[in-house]
Amino acid sequence: MFAISLVLVASLWELYKFLGPEDGGEIFGWPVFPRSGARSMPHTWEMVQRLFDPEVRGNDRPIWFAVAGYAWYTFRMALAGLFFGSLLGVALAVVMSRFRVIERGLLPYVIASQTVPLIALAPQFAALGGNWDLPKWTWVAALGAFLAFFPISISTLRGLSSPAPSSLELMDSYAAGWWVTLRKLRFPSAVPYMVPGFKLAATAAVIGVIVSEVSTGVRGVGFAALTYAQAATSDPAKVYAAVFGAALLGLAMFGIVVAAEAVIMRNRPRDATA
Amino acid sequence: MSEIRTVAPTPPMPPGTNNVVAVDGASMVFNEGHSNQVDALCDIDLVIRPGEFVSLIGPSGCGKSTLLRLIANLLSPTSGTVLVNGKSAHQARLEQDYGMAFQQSGLFEWRTVEKNIELPLELKGWKKAARRQRSAEMLELVKLSDFAQHMPWQLSGGMQQRVAIARALAAHPALLLMDEPFGALDEMTREHMQAELLRICAAAATTVVFVTHSIPEAVYLSSRVVVMSARPGRITDIIDVPLGGDRGEDTREDDSFYKLITEVREALRGSETGGPSDGSSDGVRGIEDR
Repeated sequence: MFAISLVLVASLWELYKFLGPEDGGEIFGWPVFPRSGARSMPHTWEMVQRLFDPEVRGNDRPIWFAVAGYAWYTFRMALAGLFFGSLLGVALAVVMSRFRVIERGLLPYVIASQTVPLIALAPQFAALGGNWDLPKWTWVAALGAFLAFFPISISTLRGLSSPAPSSLELMDSYAAGWWVTLRKLRFPSAVPYMVPGFKLAATAAVIGVIVSEVSTGVRGVGFAALTYAQAATSDPAKVYAAVFGAALLGLAMFGIVVAAEAVIMRNRPRDATA
Repeated sequence: MSEIRTVAPTPPMPPGTNNVVAVDGASMVFNEGHSNQVDALCDIDLVIRPGEFVSLIGPSGCGKSTLLRLIANLLSPTSGTVLVNGKSAHQARLEQDYGMAFQQSGLFEWRTVEKNIELPLELKGWKKAARRQRSAEMLELVKLSDFAQHMPWQLSGGMQQRVAIARALAAHPALLLMDEPFGALDEMTREHMQAELLRICAAAATTVVFVTHSIPEAVYLSSRVVVMSARPGRITDIIDVPLGGDRGEDTREDDSFYKLITEVREALRGSETGGPSDGSSDGVRGIEDR
């Protein structure tokens, strides 16, 4: 299916390039049609071809290899971001579900945290840690975690309060304390709710890392996209190599969560996914 | 005015007796002092002896589930005392002296049937081998040995409820508390489950407190039926059911069975407060005649 849709997308791209106006188009003065010239929309086969050309002249390293290296670096940071984001997100959800007072006090900050302009703050954020002598990539990963914890926190909070009243009474009847009830009942009940949260978080971690690479200069795939884009006028296909890299990276992260879901949810009823 | 029948005297309680449940002057008020105050239970006295099967029956809102939760110590009475196995209900809960089953089987969908039954043992700190052995025994008791490794959602409603009963009895509690456990089952399954429950409880020598709103169910299962009325929740009658210990499908055809059903129905009608019934129906709200 993916192969078919890929061909479809490529065909649409070429179709528009064939039909669309070279210098963009306007309707009643509104710029509606994007430009289809070679600079803005290179041919798909040029993009693919470019992948196998050297990254820079005088070097025989093909660009796909260079991008793969950048993407691998970004991938590791995004994975670290997702990992620490999950820890933070689940911890916050547990604390909020334990104490309603804390939920009321904390939830507004959790929500507000997601509207902070990340690109603008990334350098300051990294500068905060200047005294701590941590490598720069930790700050980029931290910003990935910063975006990833939110969907996990919200979905886990919802899931922890999902058990039926009779199930909670059952645990009460066993004189099970809060911690045991969390481990044996609330947490397993929350899993179907957490899965979609993790899917959102996986892509959010990638976005967070790529965006903050741009402003901190850590050399991952986001940084590559930026430098390639500077050469876009003379080499428009090059920037798409970085775009492909970032897209594959997002898919890989998403794929990890889907694979984990398949393992964790294998014994659950089919309709349990929230 | 329907006549309120005199409450049958509770059996005498000599000191040092081994009553399983002793409720003494218990009242339960929700939202006390607020405009939405509810007098759920008023001055309840109830004594249950070992081996008895006691049903609580009454119209919706008569507090029968609340009374069950007082015995289970899931709620604490506003006043009065509740003793289980001679201890405070709180202590009895801490020591897992009773098992409990609800209308929804409440099995954990991420655990196999076997692991569900082992849950109370796990919380008691039993070793794995001992747990495995006990759950195998319980599965045999409820005739589900072939389904140990199944997931709960692969079982029918009646089978799920049997697993829930096995879970409630896994730690061999002296007391089993059941809150309309068969309420969600179809009639055929329900009658089958009632017979199974009697067999299981006889085999395990368990005392049962059983909340229901089905009159035939209460009569078929019980050694005593406790009839309750609403607003405030009170015990209006306690009816002995002398059908003997060996009850089968024939029991349901028996004349004495029908006589007892009539007796419970009349007690329920008498328990309806607020004047004569509306005449169009002789049923009590929330009570099933089937």
